[in-house]
Amino acid sequence: MSEVIVVTSGKGGVGKTTTTANIGTGLALIGKKVALVDADIGLRNLDVVMGLENRIVYDLVDVVEGHCRIKQALIKDKRYPNLCLLPAAQTRDKNAVSPEQMQKLCDQLREEFDYVIIDCPAGIEQGFKNAIAGADKAIVVTTPEVSAVRDADRIIGLLEASELRNPNLILNRIRMNMVKRGDMMAMEDVVDILAIDLLGVVPDDENIVISTNKGEPAVVDASSLAGQAFRNIVDRITGKEVPLLNLDTNDGFMAKIKKLFGIGN
Amino acid sequence: MELLNFFNKKTKSGNVAKDRLKLLLIHDRINCSSELLEMMKTDIIKVISNYMDIDETELDIQISQTKSEENNGTVPVLYANIPIKNIRKANNNELSRI
Repeated sequence: MSEVIVVTSGKGGVGKTTTTANIGTGLALIGKKVALVDADIGLRNLDVVMGLENRIVYDLVDVVEGHCRIKQALIKDKRYPNLCLLPAAQTRDKNAVSPEQMQKLCDQLREEFDYVIIDCPAGIEQGFKNAIAGADKAIVVTTPEVSAVRDADRIIGLLEASELRNPNLILNRIRMNMVKRGDMMAMEDVVDILAIDLLGVVPDDENIVISTNKGEPAVVDASSLAGQAFRNIVDRITGKEVPLLNLDTNDGFMAKIKKLFGIGN
Repeated sequence: MELLNFFNKKTKSGNVAKDRLKLLLIHDRINCSSELLEMMKTDIIKVISNYMDIDETELDIQISQTKSEENNGTVPVLYANIPIKNIRKANNNELSRI
């Protein structure tokens, strides 16, 4: 039984593409067949985050317009044999595709793959409508900021209006030291305000920048805390019950020393 | 330090963000534009003016939130502050009716 999941947020820059790349790669690592679809036509980025930008021949619009077969456009990731990417077109815009065409595309991919993960563009216009058209499930990504949570709330309303009920939340870029001193909204606050199920919390982690620089998703990196958070999210997507990650590990040097000697908590 | 934090809790920026967000979302979710609120205000003035003399310039209507006893959260409320100019008008009306 395959699943089509759209990763959306409303606001730009909260980590949709990074989340898509990490969830997709994570699912592939545990043996699932995964297709990543970049629905951000005109501003494609998923190829770069995945490090596959040099291998694009055909794109989503080519498939939809019948210039090539879907197999020809799918880029097989050589590092993870179960993973494919369908890149967006860079020279076209969101109106090049219709929701019906996206739905058809998703149904075709469904036959080949266990999971189809769609990277939704920012905004609530045509690109958003296209990206959600063929999805069974939605993941809403937000950060603990007023603007991002506000947009997430709007997106949740629009998803429910489009029959995509019970979207799941990923709270990205949380900084525990700031939450502790009261200068960042806590996970509970955001979940309470948005009133949807939490799929996972991802800490603000320098490793994400480093892995994006290299084009290798952080989920592969065993030492990255954000990578661990994404591995947990992947497990939850497959139906496993995994407790939330303890994010209190980066308190600074002294806390680490104390922990080493078993002092304190 | 902990004690200081305790007293400071309400003014911490995280809490400020939470409170701003809650109010913001009440407006967003109700989807009540300022024009709609203005129309409602005119209608309320019309109705109440039939019964008492109110201060139209000082009249204040807004959507806000209040603590609810149920499910220990907050609920949206339509808040209206309508100052009465002349309480006698009501009585006069009664008189004229007799």
